[in-house]
Amino acid sequence: MNEIEVDARGLRCPLPVIRLAAAARDAPDGTRITVLTSDPAARHDIPAWCRMRDHELIEIAQVFDPTYLRIVVVVRSQTSNASGGGSGSARSSTAM
Amino acid sequence: MLPSARATLMAALDSGWADPRRLHAEGRRARAQLDQARELLAYGLGVRPPEVSFLPGGPAALRAGLEGLRYAGRRRGARMVATAVEHSAILTTGRYHAAQADNALLFAEVGVDRVGRVDLPALEDAISVPGTVLAAVQSANGEIGTRQPLERAHELCRAHDIPLLVDAMASLGRDSTPVHFDVLAGDARSWGGPAGLGVLVVPERTRWRRPGPASEVEHGRTDVEPVVAIALAAAEAWRQTQANRVVEAARSAALIQRLRAAAADLRDVDVVGDPDDRLPHVLTFSLLYVDGEALVTELDRRGFAVGSGSACTSSTLEPSHVLAAMGVLTHGNVRITLPLNAIAPTIDEDVDRFIAELPDAVAVVRAQLGASDL
Repeated sequence: MNEIEVDARGLRCPLPVIRLAAAARDAPDGTRITVLTSDPAARHDIPAWCRMRDHELIEIAQVFDPTYLRIVVVVRSQTSNASGGGSGSARSSTAM
Repeated sequence: MLPSARATLMAALDSGWADPRRLHAEGRRARAQLDQARELLAYGLGVRPPEVSFLPGGPAALRAGLEGLRYAGRRRGARMVATAVEHSAILTTGRYHAAQADNALLFAEVGVDRVGRVDLPALEDAISVPGTVLAAVQSANGEIGTRQPLERAHELCRAHDIPLLVDAMASLGRDSTPVHFDVLAGDARSWGGPAGLGVLVVPERTRWRRPGPASEVEHGRTDVEPVVAIALAAAEAWRQTQANRVVEAARSAALIQRLRAAAADLRDVDVVGDPDDRLPHVLTFSLLYVDGEALVTELDRRGFAVGSGSACTSSTLEPSHVLAAMGVLTHGNVRITLPLNAIAPTIDEDVDRFIAELPDAVAVVRAQLGASDL
Protein backbone atom coordinates (compact mmCIF):
# COMPACT_ATOMS: atom_id res chain seq x y z
CA MET A 1 0.00 0.00 0.00
CA ASN A 2 1.14 3.47 -0.90
CA GLU A 3 2.17 5.56 2.11
CA ILE A 4 2.83 9.29 2.34
CA GLU A 5 3.83 11.44 5.32
CA VAL A 6 2.90 15.13 5.41
CA ASP A 7 4.82 17.03 8.07
CA ALA A 8 2.75 20.15 8.68
CA ARG A 9 4.07 20.90 12.16
CA GLY A 10 4.39 24.61 12.82
CA LEU A 11 1.83 25.47 10.14
CA ARG A 12 -1.47 27.12 11.09
CA CYS A 13 -4.92 26.47 9.68
CA PRO A 14 -5.82 26.10 6.89
CA LEU A 15 -2.32 25.13 5.72
CA PRO A 16 -2.21 21.59 7.21
CA VAL A 17 -5.42 20.71 5.36
CA ILE A 18 -4.12 22.31 2.17
CA ARG A 19 -0.88 20.27 2.38
CA LEU A 20 -2.93 17.14 2.99
CA ALA A 21 -5.26 17.89 0.07
CA ALA A 22 -2.31 18.56 -2.24
CA ALA A 23 -0.80 15.19 -1.30
CA ALA A 24 -4.15 13.44 -1.75
CA ARG A 25 -4.87 15.05 -5.12
CA ASP A 26 -2.25 13.03 -6.99
CA ALA A 27 -2.37 9.92 -4.82
CA PRO A 28 -4.00 6.67 -6.01
CA ASP A 29 -7.02 5.17 -4.26
CA GLY A 30 -6.07 3.50 -0.99
CA THR A 31 -3.04 5.67 -0.28
CA ARG A 32 -2.43 6.04 3.44
CA ILE A 33 -1.46 9.58 4.40
CA THR A 34 -0.08 10.40 7.83
CA VAL A 35 -0.26 14.09 8.76
CA LEU A 36 1.83 15.49 11.60
CA THR A 37 0.39 18.75 12.87
CA SER A 38 0.65 21.10 15.82
CA ASP A 39 -2.36 23.17 14.75
CA PRO A 40 -5.24 22.88 17.29
CA ALA A 41 -7.81 23.28 14.49
CA ALA A 42 -6.54 20.23 12.58
CA ARG A 43 -8.15 17.87 15.10
CA HIS A 44 -11.52 19.14 13.86
CA ASP A 45 -10.72 20.15 10.31
CA ILE A 46 -9.05 17.01 8.98
CA PRO A 47 -12.07 14.85 9.98
CA ALA A 48 -14.33 17.48 8.38
CA TRP A 49 -12.20 17.40 5.21
CA CYS A 50 -12.54 13.60 5.11
CA ARG A 51 -16.32 13.91 5.41
CA MET A 52 -16.62 16.65 2.78
CA ARG A 53 -14.30 14.91 0.30
CA ASP A 54 -15.33 11.31 1.08
CA HIS A 55 -11.94 10.15 2.29
CA GLU A 56 -11.51 7.80 5.22
CA LEU A 57 -10.32 8.90 8.65
CA ILE A 58 -8.31 6.16 10.35
CA GLU A 59 -7.04 7.68 13.58
CA ILE A 60 -6.08 10.79 15.50
CA ALA A 61 -3.30 10.23 18.00
CA GLN A 62 -1.68 12.68 20.38
CA VAL A 63 2.10 12.57 20.53
CA PHE A 64 3.86 14.12 23.51
CA ASP A 65 7.17 15.88 23.99
CA PRO A 66 7.14 17.61 21.60
CA THR A 67 3.35 17.81 21.47
CA TYR A 68 1.69 17.30 18.12
CA LEU A 69 -1.07 15.25 16.51
CA ARG A 70 -0.56 12.30 14.18
CA ILE A 71 -3.63 11.92 11.96
CA VAL A 72 -3.96 9.04 9.50
CA VAL A 73 -6.33 9.11 6.53
CA VAL A 74 -6.84 6.83 3.55
CA VAL A 75 -7.47 8.40 0.16
CA ARG A 76 -10.66 7.18 -1.50
CA SER A 77 -11.18 7.47 -5.25
CA GLN A 78 -12.03 11.02 -6.07
CA THR A 79 -14.97 11.38 -8.39
CA SER A 80 -15.32 15.14 -8.38
CA ASN A 81 -14.17 18.18 -6.53
CA ALA A 82 -17.69 19.48 -6.00
CA SER A 83 -19.08 19.11 -2.55
CA GLY A 84 -22.12 20.22 -0.62
CA GLY A 85 -21.48 19.06 2.88
CA GLY A 86 -20.90 15.34 2.34
CA SER A 87 -22.69 12.34 3.71
CA GLY A 88 -21.44 12.61 7.27
CA SER A 89 -20.31 9.00 7.54
CA ALA A 90 -16.78 9.57 8.82
CA ARG A 91 -16.64 10.25 12.54
CA SER A 92 -13.68 11.37 14.51
CA SER A 93 -12.12 8.55 16.50
CA THR A 94 -9.76 9.88 19.07
CA ALA A 95 -6.94 7.92 20.62
CA MET A 96 -5.06 9.78 23.30
CA MET B 1 -28.20 50.61 18.68
CA LEU B 2 -31.61 51.73 17.44
CA PRO B 3 -31.83 55.49 16.73
CA SER B 4 -34.78 55.84 19.12
CA ALA B 5 -32.82 54.06 21.87
CA ARG B 6 -29.89 56.40 21.27
CA ALA B 7 -32.18 59.43 21.57
CA THR B 8 -33.60 58.03 24.81
CA LEU B 9 -30.10 57.42 26.12
CA MET B 10 -28.98 60.98 25.39
CA ALA B 11 -32.13 62.50 26.96
CA ALA B 12 -31.92 60.25 30.01
CA LEU B 13 -28.28 61.20 30.61
CA ASP B 14 -29.63 64.69 31.33
CA SER B 15 -32.78 63.75 33.24
CA GLY B 16 -31.78 60.52 34.98
CA TRP B 17 -28.23 61.22 36.11
CA ALA B 18 -28.95 61.14 39.85
CA ASP B 19 -28.55 58.23 42.27
CA PRO B 20 -31.94 56.49 42.30
CA ARG B 21 -31.55 55.69 46.02
CA ARG B 22 -31.54 59.37 47.03
CA LEU B 23 -34.69 61.12 48.17
CA HIS B 24 -34.25 64.46 46.42
CA ALA B 25 -36.28 65.28 43.33
CA GLU B 26 -33.50 64.29 40.91
CA GLY B 27 -33.02 60.98 42.70
CA ARG B 28 -36.74 60.25 42.65
CA ARG B 29 -36.85 61.02 38.92
CA ALA B 30 -33.99 58.60 38.27
CA ARG B 31 -35.77 55.98 40.40
CA ALA B 32 -38.98 56.46 38.41
CA GLN B 33 -37.10 55.98 35.15
CA LEU B 34 -35.39 52.83 36.39
CA ASP B 35 -38.74 51.43 37.58
CA GLN B 36 -40.29 52.30 34.22
CA ALA B 37 -37.51 50.45 32.35
CA ARG B 38 -37.90 47.41 34.60
CA GLU B 39 -41.69 47.31 34.23
CA LEU B 40 -41.50 47.52 30.46
CA LEU B 41 -38.94 44.73 30.17
CA ALA B 42 -40.70 42.55 32.76
CA TYR B 43 -43.94 42.90 30.85
CA GLY B 44 -42.18 41.98 27.61
CA LEU B 45 -40.51 38.96 29.18
CA GLY B 46 -43.76 37.78 30.76
CA VAL B 47 -42.53 38.09 34.35
CA ARG B 48 -43.06 40.43 37.32
CA PRO B 49 -40.85 43.53 37.77
CA PRO B 50 -39.16 42.33 41.01
CA GLU B 51 -38.05 39.21 39.13
CA VAL B 52 -35.97 41.34 36.70
CA SER B 53 -32.50 42.67 37.59
CA PHE B 54 -30.18 44.81 35.49
CA LEU B 55 -26.53 43.74 35.38
CA PRO B 56 -23.57 45.21 33.50
CA GLY B 57 -23.93 43.10 30.34
CA GLY B 58 -25.34 39.78 29.21
CA PRO B 59 -22.36 37.59 30.11
CA ALA B 60 -22.30 39.10 33.62
CA ALA B 61 -26.02 38.32 33.99
CA LEU B 62 -25.49 34.78 32.75
CA ARG B 63 -22.58 34.15 35.12
CA ALA B 64 -24.57 35.62 38.02
CA GLY B 65 -27.48 33.32 37.11
CA LEU B 66 -25.16 30.32 37.22
CA GLU B 67 -23.43 31.27 40.46
CA GLY B 68 -26.73 31.96 42.25
CA LEU B 69 -28.23 28.60 41.29
CA ARG B 70 -25.02 26.84 42.26
CA TYR B 71 -24.89 28.57 45.64
CA ALA B 72 -28.57 27.94 46.36
CA GLY B 73 -28.02 24.26 45.65
CA ARG B 74 -24.84 23.89 47.70
CA ARG B 75 -26.34 21.50 50.27
CA ARG B 76 -27.41 19.22 47.49
CA GLY B 77 -24.07 19.21 45.65
CA ALA B 78 -21.88 21.27 43.35
CA ARG B 79 -22.19 19.52 40.01
CA MET B 80 -23.23 21.59 36.99
CA VAL B 81 -24.36 20.49 33.55
CA ALA B 82 -24.22 22.55 30.33
CA THR B 83 -24.39 21.92 26.61
CA ALA B 84 -21.02 21.94 24.84
CA VAL B 85 -22.14 24.94 22.76
CA GLU B 86 -23.01 27.28 25.65
CA HIS B 87 -21.51 30.76 25.90
CA SER B 88 -17.97 30.83 27.22
CA ALA B 89 -19.24 32.66 30.34
CA ILE B 90 -20.87 29.33 31.30
CA LEU B 91 -18.14 26.99 30.11
CA THR B 92 -15.19 28.84 31.61
CA THR B 93 -17.00 29.27 34.95
CA GLY B 94 -17.99 25.60 35.06
CA ARG B 95 -14.48 24.43 34.22
CA TYR B 96 -13.04 26.86 36.76
CA HIS B 97 -15.14 25.43 39.60
CA ALA B 98 -14.30 21.85 38.59
CA ALA B 99 -10.59 22.71 38.45
CA GLN B 100 -10.71 24.51 41.81
CA ALA B 101 -12.25 21.41 43.41
CA ASP B 102 -9.83 19.19 41.49
CA ASN B 103 -12.83 17.15 40.39
CA ALA B 104 -13.61 17.02 36.67
CA LEU B 105 -16.98 15.39 37.41
CA LEU B 106 -18.30 18.67 38.83
CA PHE B 107 -18.83 20.08 35.36
CA ALA B 108 -20.43 18.00 32.60
CA GLU B 109 -20.57 19.23 29.00
CA VAL B 110 -23.33 17.55 27.00
CA GLY B 111 -22.63 16.92 23.34
CA VAL B 112 -24.55 18.19 20.33
CA ASP B 113 -25.32 16.75 16.91
CA ARG B 114 -23.99 17.91 13.54
CA VAL B 115 -26.42 20.89 13.46
CA GLY B 116 -25.51 21.89 17.03
CA ARG B 117 -28.65 20.66 18.81
CA VAL B 118 -28.22 19.20 22.28
CA ASP B 119 -28.42 15.42 22.72
CA LEU B 120 -31.48 15.21 25.03
CA PRO B 121 -30.94 11.63 26.26
CA ALA B 122 -27.36 12.59 27.15
CA LEU B 123 -28.68 15.71 28.92
CA GLU B 124 -31.05 13.55 30.94
CA ASP B 125 -28.23 11.14 31.84
CA ALA B 126 -26.08 14.08 32.94
CA ILE B 127 -28.71 15.70 35.17
CA SER B 128 -29.58 12.31 36.72
CA VAL B 129 -26.20 12.15 38.45
CA PRO B 130 -26.62 12.81 42.19
CA GLY B 131 -25.22 16.15 43.35
CA THR B 132 -26.27 18.00 40.18
CA VAL B 133 -27.56 21.48 41.01
CA LEU B 134 -28.32 23.07 37.63
CA ALA B 135 -28.43 22.65 33.87
CA ALA B 136 -27.58 25.42 31.38
CA VAL B 137 -29.14 25.36 27.91
CA GLN B 138 -29.21 28.34 25.53
CA SER B 139 -32.40 29.32 23.70
CA ALA B 140 -30.45 29.43 20.44
CA ASN B 141 -26.81 29.64 19.49
CA GLY B 142 -25.68 33.09 18.36
CA GLU B 143 -22.86 31.68 16.31
CA ILE B 144 -24.73 29.09 14.25
CA GLY B 145 -28.39 30.06 14.81
CA THR B 146 -29.65 26.60 15.82
CA ARG B 147 -32.47 26.70 18.39
CA GLN B 148 -32.39 24.35 21.36
CA PRO B 149 -35.42 22.26 22.42
CA LEU B 150 -36.09 24.28 25.59
CA GLU B 151 -39.55 22.86 26.27
CA ARG B 152 -38.23 19.27 26.30
CA ALA B 153 -35.12 20.26 28.25
CA HIS B 154 -37.28 21.98 30.85
CA GLU B 155 -39.54 18.93 31.17
CA LEU B 156 -36.50 16.72 31.77
CA CYS B 157 -35.10 19.16 34.32
CA ARG B 158 -38.42 19.38 36.16
CA ALA B 159 -38.69 15.59 36.28
CA HIS B 160 -35.30 15.51 38.03
CA ASP B 161 -35.94 18.66 40.12
CA ILE B 162 -33.00 20.48 38.50
CA PRO B 163 -33.29 24.23 37.76
CA LEU B 164 -32.78 25.21 34.10
CA LEU B 165 -30.66 28.28 33.31
CA VAL B 166 -31.44 29.66 29.85
CA ASP B 167 -29.06 31.94 27.98
CA ALA B 168 -31.23 34.01 25.63
CA MET B 169 -28.50 36.48 24.67
CA ALA B 170 -28.74 35.55 20.99
CA SER B 171 -32.50 35.43 20.63
CA LEU B 172 -34.20 38.11 22.75
CA GLY B 173 -35.88 40.60 20.45
CA ARG B 174 -35.12 38.58 17.31
CA ASP B 175 -37.01 35.39 18.07
CA SER B 176 -39.95 34.43 20.30
CA THR B 177 -39.26 35.08 23.99
CA PRO B 178 -38.45 31.89 25.93
CA VAL B 179 -41.04 30.72 28.43
CA HIS B 180 -39.38 27.48 29.54
CA PHE B 181 -36.75 28.44 32.12
CA ASP B 182 -36.03 28.75 35.83
CA VAL B 183 -33.48 31.53 35.37
CA LEU B 184 -33.09 33.60 32.18
CA ALA B 185 -30.25 35.87 31.03
CA GLY B 186 -30.19 38.29 28.12
CA ASP B 187 -28.26 41.21 26.66
CA ALA B 188 -29.80 44.48 25.42
CA ARG B 189 -27.58 44.45 22.33
CA SER B 190 -29.59 41.55 20.88
CA TRP B 191 -32.70 43.72 20.65
CA GLY B 192 -31.00 46.88 19.41
CA GLY B 193 -30.30 48.37 22.83
CA PRO B 194 -27.04 49.81 24.15
CA ALA B 195 -23.99 47.79 25.19
CA GLY B 196 -23.52 47.38 28.92
CA LEU B 197 -26.94 46.13 29.96
CA GLY B 198 -27.71 42.54 30.85
CA VAL B 199 -31.02 41.30 32.22
CA LEU B 200 -31.24 38.54 34.77
CA VAL B 201 -34.68 37.03 35.38
CA VAL B 202 -35.12 35.02 38.57
CA PRO B 203 -38.77 34.01 39.02
CA GLU B 204 -40.05 33.90 42.58
CA ARG B 205 -40.45 30.09 42.44
CA THR B 206 -36.72 29.57 41.73
CA ARG B 207 -34.27 28.87 44.53
CA TRP B 208 -31.47 31.30 43.78
CA ARG B 209 -29.03 33.06 46.10
CA ARG B 210 -26.12 35.30 45.28
CA PRO B 211 -22.90 34.15 46.96
CA GLY B 212 -21.12 36.81 48.99
CA PRO B 213 -22.40 39.54 51.29
CA ALA B 214 -26.01 40.64 51.02
CA SER B 215 -26.68 43.48 48.59
CA GLU B 216 -29.57 45.89 48.30
CA VAL B 217 -28.88 46.61 44.64
CA GLU B 218 -31.24 45.19 42.01
CA HIS B 219 -33.19 42.94 44.40
CA GLY B 220 -29.94 41.62 45.82
CA ARG B 221 -28.80 40.00 42.58
CA THR B 222 -25.73 42.18 41.98
CA ASP B 223 -23.66 44.78 43.79
CA VAL B 224 -23.19 46.98 40.73
CA GLU B 225 -25.64 49.89 40.39
CA PRO B 226 -27.23 49.98 36.92
CA VAL B 227 -26.84 53.13 34.82
CA VAL B 228 -30.37 54.50 34.64
CA ALA B 229 -29.98 56.02 31.17
CA ILE B 230 -28.69 52.74 29.73
CA ALA B 231 -31.57 50.78 31.28
CA LEU B 232 -34.10 53.25 29.92
CA ALA B 233 -32.55 53.16 26.43
CA ALA B 234 -32.66 49.34 26.54
CA ALA B 235 -36.34 49.44 27.45
CA GLU B 236 -37.08 51.85 24.59
CA ALA B 237 -35.21 49.57 22.16
CA TRP B 238 -37.20 46.58 23.45
CA ARG B 239 -40.49 48.45 22.92
CA GLN B 240 -39.65 49.23 19.32
CA THR B 241 -38.07 45.85 18.48
CA GLN B 242 -40.98 43.90 19.95
CA ALA B 243 -43.51 46.00 18.03
CA ASN B 244 -41.77 45.07 14.75
CA ARG B 245 -40.49 41.61 15.65
CA VAL B 246 -42.68 39.39 13.50
CA VAL B 247 -42.26 41.51 10.36
CA GLU B 248 -38.56 41.93 11.05
CA ALA B 249 -38.04 38.17 11.58
CA ALA B 250 -39.79 37.30 8.32
CA ARG B 251 -37.69 39.85 6.47
CA SER B 252 -34.42 38.60 8.03
CA ALA B 253 -35.34 34.97 7.35
CA ALA B 254 -35.93 35.71 3.65
CA LEU B 255 -32.55 37.46 3.36
CA ILE B 256 -30.80 34.63 5.24
CA GLN B 257 -32.45 32.12 2.90
CA ARG B 258 -30.92 33.91 -0.08
CA LEU B 259 -27.52 34.15 1.61
CA ARG B 260 -27.70 30.48 2.54
CA ALA B 261 -28.41 29.48 -1.06
CA ALA B 262 -25.53 31.65 -2.28
CA ALA B 263 -23.14 30.10 0.28
CA ALA B 264 -24.26 26.56 -0.62
CA ASP B 265 -23.37 27.29 -4.26
CA LEU B 266 -19.72 27.84 -3.37
CA ARG B 267 -17.29 24.98 -3.94
CA ASP B 268 -16.24 22.93 -0.88
CA VAL B 269 -18.46 24.58 1.66
CA ASP B 270 -19.95 23.39 4.95
CA VAL B 271 -23.10 25.46 5.61
CA VAL B 272 -23.51 25.11 9.34
CA GLY B 273 -26.50 24.80 11.68
CA ASP B 274 -30.12 23.70 11.37
CA PRO B 275 -31.55 24.92 8.04
CA ASP B 276 -35.05 25.58 9.44
CA ASP B 277 -35.33 25.51 13.24
CA ARG B 278 -33.04 28.47 13.75
CA LEU B 279 -32.70 32.17 14.52
CA PRO B 280 -33.95 34.25 11.60
CA HIS B 281 -30.95 36.59 11.34
CA VAL B 282 -27.78 34.44 11.61
CA LEU B 283 -25.90 32.40 9.00
CA THR B 284 -22.60 30.54 9.33
CA PHE B 285 -20.55 28.61 6.80
CA SER B 286 -17.02 27.24 6.55
CA LEU B 287 -14.94 26.99 3.40
CA LEU B 288 -12.25 24.42 2.75
CA TYR B 289 -8.80 25.79 1.92
CA VAL B 290 -9.67 29.29 3.10
CA ASP B 291 -7.89 31.30 5.77
CA GLY B 292 -10.70 32.76 7.91
CA GLU B 293 -8.70 35.84 8.82
CA ALA B 294 -7.85 36.54 5.16
CA LEU B 295 -11.49 36.17 4.13
CA VAL B 296 -12.75 38.45 6.91
CA THR B 297 -10.14 41.02 5.83
CA GLU B 298 -11.04 40.65 2.15
CA LEU B 299 -14.76 41.10 2.89
CA ASP B 300 -13.97 44.06 5.15
CA ARG B 301 -12.03 45.65 2.27
CA ARG B 302 -15.21 45.30 0.21
CA GLY B 303 -17.26 46.97 2.96
CA PHE B 304 -18.75 43.95 4.77
CA ALA B 305 -18.31 43.34 8.49
CA VAL B 306 -18.61 39.61 9.18
CA GLY B 307 -17.54 37.46 12.11
CA SER B 308 -15.55 34.24 12.13
CA GLY B 309 -15.07 31.27 14.44
CA SER B 310 -11.80 30.21 12.85
CA ALA B 311 -8.76 29.78 15.07
CA CYS B 312 -6.71 32.35 13.18
CA THR B 313 -9.28 35.06 14.00
CA SER B 314 -9.28 34.37 17.76
CA SER B 315 -6.89 35.73 20.32
CA THR B 316 -6.26 32.23 21.68
CA LEU B 317 -5.65 30.67 18.23
CA GLU B 318 -8.18 28.01 19.22
CA PRO B 319 -11.12 27.40 16.86
CA SER B 320 -14.68 28.12 17.97
CA HIS B 321 -15.79 25.60 20.60
CA VAL B 322 -19.21 25.58 18.95
CA LEU B 323 -17.94 24.50 15.53
CA ALA B 324 -15.58 21.99 17.16
CA ALA B 325 -18.40 20.42 19.24
CA MET B 326 -20.50 20.00 16.10
CA GLY B 327 -17.72 18.30 14.16
CA VAL B 328 -17.87 20.76 11.29
CA LEU B 329 -15.05 22.50 9.48
CA THR B 330 -13.60 25.29 11.63
CA HIS B 331 -11.29 26.99 9.18
CA GLY B 332 -12.47 29.47 6.55
CA ASN B 333 -15.44 30.28 8.76
CA VAL B 334 -17.76 33.20 8.09
CA ARG B 335 -20.56 34.31 10.40
CA ILE B 336 -23.18 36.75 9.18
CA THR B 337 -25.42 38.48 11.73
CA LEU B 338 -28.01 40.70 10.06
CA PRO B 339 -28.63 43.98 11.88
CA LEU B 340 -32.18 45.16 12.57
CA ASN B 341 -33.70 46.97 9.62
CA ALA B 342 -34.09 50.15 11.68
CA ILE B 343 -30.31 50.14 12.22
CA ALA B 344 -29.38 49.21 8.64
CA PRO B 345 -32.02 50.61 6.25
CA THR B 346 -30.03 49.52 3.16
CA ILE B 347 -29.83 45.88 4.24
CA ASP B 348 -31.54 44.52 1.09
CA GLU B 349 -29.04 46.16 -1.23
CA ASP B 350 -26.17 45.18 1.06
CA VAL B 351 -27.21 41.53 0.88
CA ASP B 352 -27.49 41.74 -2.92
CA ARG B 353 -24.00 43.14 -3.16
CA PHE B 354 -22.62 40.57 -0.70
CA ILE B 355 -24.08 37.71 -2.75
CA ALA B 356 -22.57 39.22 -5.91
CA GLU B 357 -19.10 39.65 -4.39
CA LEU B 358 -18.75 36.57 -2.19
CA PRO B 359 -17.60 34.08 -4.89
CA ASP B 360 -14.84 36.44 -6.03
CA ALA B 361 -13.70 37.19 -2.47
CA VAL B 362 -13.43 33.44 -1.79
CA ALA B 363 -11.55 32.87 -5.05
CA VAL B 364 -9.08 35.64 -4.16
CA VAL B 365 -8.18 34.20 -0.75
CA ARG B 366 -7.99 30.62 -2.08
CA ALA B 367 -5.63 31.78 -4.84
CA GLN B 368 -3.43 33.52 -2.23
CA LEU B 369 -2.87 30.13 -0.61
CA GLY B 370 -2.31 28.33 -3.92
CA ALA B 371 -5.41 26.27 -3.20
CA SER B 372 -7.46 27.06 -6.32
CA ASP B 373 -7.11 23.59 -7.85
CA LEU B 374 -7.39 21.30 -4.83
